Amino acid sequence: MSKLFTALPSLQFRLMPEDASSISGRVDALYYFLVAVSTFFAGLIFVLVLYFALRYRHRPEVQQPATSHTGNLKLEITWIVIPFVLVMIMFGWGAKLFVEMRTMPPDALEVFVVGKQWMWKLQHPNGRREINELHVPVGRPVMLRMISEDVIHSFYVPAFRMKQDVLPGYYTTAWFEAQKTGRYHLFCAEYCGTEHSSMIGQVIVMEQEDYQRWLAGGDTERSVIELGQELFTGKGSCRTCHSPDSGPRGPDLTGLYGTTVHLQDGRKVTADENYLRESILRPGNKIVFGYESLMPPYEGQLSEEEVLQLIAYIKTLGGTEAAPGSPATRPAREPPTTAPAAMQPTSPSTQPAGARR
Amino acid sequence: MSIPSTAEHHTTTHPALAHHFNDLAQQREAGTLGMWTFLVTEVMFFGGAFTGYAYYRWKFPEAFQAASHHLDIVLGTINTVVLICSSLTMVLAVQGAQRGDRKRLVRFLLLTILLALVFLGIKAFEYHHKWVEGHVPGRYFRWDPQHDGAVSPGGAQLFYSFYFTMTGIHAAHMIIGIGVIGVLVWMALRGRFTPESYGAVENTGLYWHFVDIVWIFLFPLLYLIGRH
Amino acid sequence: MTTIPIDEPRIEQHSNYLTNGYSVKSWLLTTDHKRIALLYLITITLFFFLGGAFAVLIRLDLMTPAGDLMRDETYNKMFTMHGIIMVFFFLIPAVPAVLGNFLIPLMIGARDLAFPRINLLSWYVFVIGGLFTLASVASGGVDTGWTFYTPYSSTYANTHVVLAALGVFITGFSSILTGLNFIVTVHTMRAPGMTWFRLPLFVWANYATSLIMILGTPVLAVTIVLVAIERIFGVGIFDPKLGGDPLLFQHLFWFYSHPAVYIMILPSMGVISELVTCFSRKRIFGYGFVAVSSLLIAVYGFLVWGHHMFVSGQSVYAGMIFSFLSFFVAIPSAIKVFNWTATLYKGSISYQTPMLYVFGFIGLFAIGGLTGLFLATLAVDVHVHDTYFIVAHFHYIMVGGVVMGYLGGIHFWWPKITGRMYPEGWAKLAALIIFVGFNLTFFPQFLLGYLGMPRRYHVYPEEFQILNVMSSAGASILGVGYLLPLVYLFWSLRWGPAAGPNPWAAAGLEWQTSSPPPTENFEKIPIVTQEAYAYSEGSGFPVSPEADYKEGGSPVVHS
Repeated sequence: MSKLFTALPSLQFRLMPEDASSISGRVDALYYFLVAVSTFFAGLIFVLVLYFALRYRHRPEVQQPATSHTGNLKLEITWIVIPFVLVMIMFGWGAKLFVEMRTMPPDALEVFVVGKQWMWKLQHPNGRREINELHVPVGRPVMLRMISEDVIHSFYVPAFRMKQDVLPGYYTTAWFEAQKTGRYHLFCAEYCGTEHSSMIGQVIVMEQEDYQRWLAGGDTERSVIELGQELFTGKGSCRTCHSPDSGPRGPDLTGLYGTTVHLQDGRKVTADENYLRESILRPGNKIVFGYESLMPPYEGQLSEEEVLQLIAYIKTLGGTEAAPGSPATRPAREPPTTAPAAMQPTSPSTQPAGARR
Repeated sequence: MSIPSTAEHHTTTHPALAHHFNDLAQQREAGTLGMWTFLVTEVMFFGGAFTGYAYYRWKFPEAFQAASHHLDIVLGTINTVVLICSSLTMVLAVQGAQRGDRKRLVRFLLLTILLALVFLGIKAFEYHHKWVEGHVPGRYFRWDPQHDGAVSPGGAQLFYSFYFTMTGIHAAHMIIGIGVIGVLVWMALRGRFTPESYGAVENTGLYWHFVDIVWIFLFPLLYLIGRH
Repeated sequence: MTTIPIDEPRIEQHSNYLTNGYSVKSWLLTTDHKRIALLYLITITLFFFLGGAFAVLIRLDLMTPAGDLMRDETYNKMFTMHGIIMVFFFLIPAVPAVLGNFLIPLMIGARDLAFPRINLLSWYVFVIGGLFTLASVASGGVDTGWTFYTPYSSTYANTHVVLAALGVFITGFSSILTGLNFIVTVHTMRAPGMTWFRLPLFVWANYATSLIMILGTPVLAVTIVLVAIERIFGVGIFDPKLGGDPLLFQHLFWFYSHPAVYIMILPSMGVISELVTCFSRKRIFGYGFVAVSSLLIAVYGFLVWGHHMFVSGQSVYAGMIFSFLSFFVAIPSAIKVFNWTATLYKGSISYQTPMLYVFGFIGLFAIGGLTGLFLATLAVDVHVHDTYFIVAHFHYIMVGGVVMGYLGGIHFWWPKITGRMYPEGWAKLAALIIFVGFNLTFFPQFLLGYLGMPRRYHVYPEEFQILNVMSSAGASILGVGYLLPLVYLFWSLRWGPAAGPNPWAAAGLEWQTSSPPPTENFEKIPIVTQEAYAYSEGSGFPVSPEADYKEGGSPVVHS
């Protein structure tokens, strides 16, 4: 706390944050446009108010003719139409850029982000983990698949003009493509409790070779997918019921990812990451048509990281690549004809979901 | 801009006319509009809860259906009838006030209170039953998938959260209503209402019908939808 | 330039609402809208300075990057209490409950609001809500932010959330009752000849505000009930661990809290319309457009809540729709600003204190409104959302806009309320200090925000320090600016020169009765024969408010 007296910051004074991603320059261009329009209108109003105030100042010696300027339809229409056109330009420009920000590039490097009070946990595809730091290669799109273990956080890198809330219970995604090597601030932008302002870190953008070297530098033995596979066969014992030859106990997961699933209650859902997550943790919520609700909930038994790994593995089971626009429809199973009596869950004592605190 | 009015104030001073109104018609119009405006806020209040209910019903259709099965449809139906009857007695009470029939007014107001108490008694019995079953949300909530239905317990608990919240808020409205009607009885006994001036009775009637209508929405939403 | 003739003490001899009973009971059990307005004035002034004290501590803490003054949790409680108190206990009631309460019956030629006892009740409800909130402060405070975002507020926070939320819940009913009262009053109590399009724009603005109050506030109330139930009983309405959805809370919360911004700003806009006409000696430019734009703002306000959630995980399409709708709010706001500006054209403008606040309001609201466009623009909002850019933007609207209008109105109607003039020289100085201090405090925050400093940060990287120090320095000036009126307005109660019924030679029914007005407002209910703001030649109004005042503050024109 002696910083108060010792360390005055270097007097570098900036008006704009660093411009370090493929999108940041374009956001700034839109920002400059907004600044220009705003300055023009604010200036116009200031000048008019000032001019009128001085020009029509009350002078006791001059009897001001009281005027009848109490309205003018043409003028009203003018100052409705011109702002309207301008704001529609802002809308269109902003929306177009926003859609690009939200459209995940297909070839992106996928990094897992788990937020918790008050740290960021990240994991790279090869399995290397880090905390409050994210190493990424320059010039390559990086996609973040994010989830929170507790409250809402928000992953914010000002230099990339990128921000996305990180929700509990639901995956959100974001992407960026860094274009300048260096170290950049990572902030949690959504208030998350006592040490909110300490939930910060750095994004370190490296040259491709450096990044590869860094990736290899960890003591990582298994990739994310391998970790997922291990869970699938081991701790999770998913394979017991979810394999091509598991019969009516559980649906086969081969080729599941990205397809449309028919549910017991007639609804259809796309088998995306959020569906897979829900079906692992709270399988009772969405029962696949033709199956019984036999699977025990895994809520509280798998960490968020493990669920992410498991999903990464399930996605490799011959599924079509993530293309939410064109999900291949899987034919629904016919209801099983055999009596379900023999197929009670292996652990009937399993507690219902809803882990209590 | 204006000239002083020649309109005299308080020329026809009626004992029930508040000092700031010109005449009874204005006073009555204000009272009615005020009550309707208040009911609009009530609609928004319940609307927020209904929105939440609708959203989670969409999210957990099976759990909501299964949980709904555990509500007692017979008691729910009886309560619906009781409430509709209380609306009828309220109408008759207003009619009594309109005619200046004090006895009739008091009798039907008391009957309305009685019916409301019957409703609350049945509701209390239902609440108690839910408690015994372990279907009160929170720490003591129990949901046995084998016995209660193989659905998401979280979803079932959400159903009961909304069941207790919405019926609880509704019951609170009824309790307030009973209090207000009690005051009306007291005022009626003291001869405060005349055929020209019974706005309080009329507006309380509006309120009571509103509370009734809320139940008319709650009953199918909570008890009936999804039943076979 | 002083306009106060000190040699003319004209103490009101007749009985007025202030002399009608001196006992505590005569105040605490009053049903006179004017006395209730004063009760509100005292209460919200206390809350304003309490909320301001929290702001001072926040700005002090942010002088250093390490936040040396207090610990994390203390800081979090500070900004939470600052937000809750300022939003719910000052900004929302400020103009409607004080000036609206006092003026609406006077402006429409009524003896009181339609429901005087409900009016008193609403003040008591307000005070009780305030006491709950103060109790939560006294017992250790709350650290959820005024937005109460779930699941932090419902599950994780260890502070007195329920107590504070209960305070807000109760206060909401005060707001609902006030809105209800205004709506019924405007509908049923207008004097003969006072048609809708003869209403002063202040009444229009409060009418629009009341619509939001009665439609929006109940949704906040039920949302708070749900949060409280979740917190007390541990059920998962908004906590995903138990099946709930935290975004539902945000939808419900902003469905009220975005329109709530218009609850705050619309009445101040109404004040500005009154002031700008009086000190330009002109009817307002485009009366119909200004009146209807208030209603449009109220309606649009309910359609744009999702623009608080562009990065929350709501769908891209929802984001686009809410962005599109949000831009529509810009239009009625622009209509108002342009019409005020046009009102000055060929007017006869004098610079008394209320007019200085008008200039301040127009300038600051223009900046606040225009920066709102940045936030409605999707791609830019992704960057500036939850940064100091937002903080600066809404302070420009809520402090630059609302408080400027409120103070302008307080000064304008002070002679009507108290029967005495405030000291003009001091008042002008205070207005100037507030304007300068405000801009020094909040303009740097726009820059901080675009640089990327998140809001609600207690410690921050060192490169943000210079701008933060500038902001804190400005805040100290702003603080002085706010203390000044407190002092001289008090002073004027005793020593201010008597004002006379119409010191500004203003149009408007409220100026046609004595100052302070009698308990029943008018000797005789007036009959209205003219449109609002009939300042034009031939209407009998002098060309300058000053000129008339110097003649001795005698009542002008009555027939």
